[in-house]
Amino acid sequence: MLTAPQGEAPLRSEHDVVLARQTVRKLTQQLGFSLVDQTKMVTAASELARNALIYGGGGTLHWQIVEREARRGLRLLFADEGPGIPNMDLAMTDGWTSGKGLGMGLTGARRLVNEFEIDSKVGAGTRVTIARWK
Amino acid sequence: MEHIPILRMGDFLLVTIQVDMHDQMALKLQDDLSNAIQKNASKGVLLDISTLEMVDSFIGRMVADISGMGRILGAETVLVGMQPAVAITLVELGLALPGVATALNVERGMALLRRKIDGAGSDADSTTG
Repeated sequence: MLTAPQGEAPLRSEHDVVLARQTVRKLTQQLGFSLVDQTKMVTAASELARNALIYGGGGTLHWQIVEREARRGLRLLFADEGPGIPNMDLAMTDGWTSGKGLGMGLTGARRLVNEFEIDSKVGAGTRVTIARWK
Repeated sequence: MEHIPILRMGDFLLVTIQVDMHDQMALKLQDDLSNAIQKNASKGVLLDISTLEMVDSFIGRMVADISGMGRILGAETVLVGMQPAVAITLVELGLALPGVATALNVERGMALLRRKIDGAGSDADSTTG
């Protein structure tokens, strides 16, 4: 059974990104997600955790088991205190990247989840929230 | 640091990724593999990802890069064993891995590599590929 309905994990190193993936895998398994849904959520988490590390200079993953009308799901918040995203339209364009990536991280992650919200302030940081329901 | 072993089998190299790789490990594999192709004059690379439970855009790019880099060095790459859930996710993510040859398992991958290499060797059969 679930030990706690919520928790957090640091995103300060590449190893933390691997641990975040494993945490999300475990949570989605405990929630009874199908294998495909588990994989989608883990993959989205991997993209966003890496973004927080590379572009945000490190951050924190906050996770929460959520319930709505008898449905259970997993909500993840990736928060960093990095430079923020100056041009959100550009950042949400397939194939655009400010770094060395493929430019599929943010847009790809959005396609893999049921809910996606991004809030970024230049100079203050970026917060991305995603959720997937069982 | 942990690293991913590269096995030589005649003209081929076999790489089986069995750990949840962090990014530096993926980059190191790319380096190690290009060196191994050159050192052994390998003609083919089999990249077995049957135990990988997730392929994100970073690992996807590594796979595409290995395939492209191998081709330049004279080795064909075949990606084998991708789990269905991983394939579904990867396509939805937006990475269909164009230009990367794939096969269901190592055995079929080996046969595909053999055909690719034999095909490239004979001028008469230029339509395969």
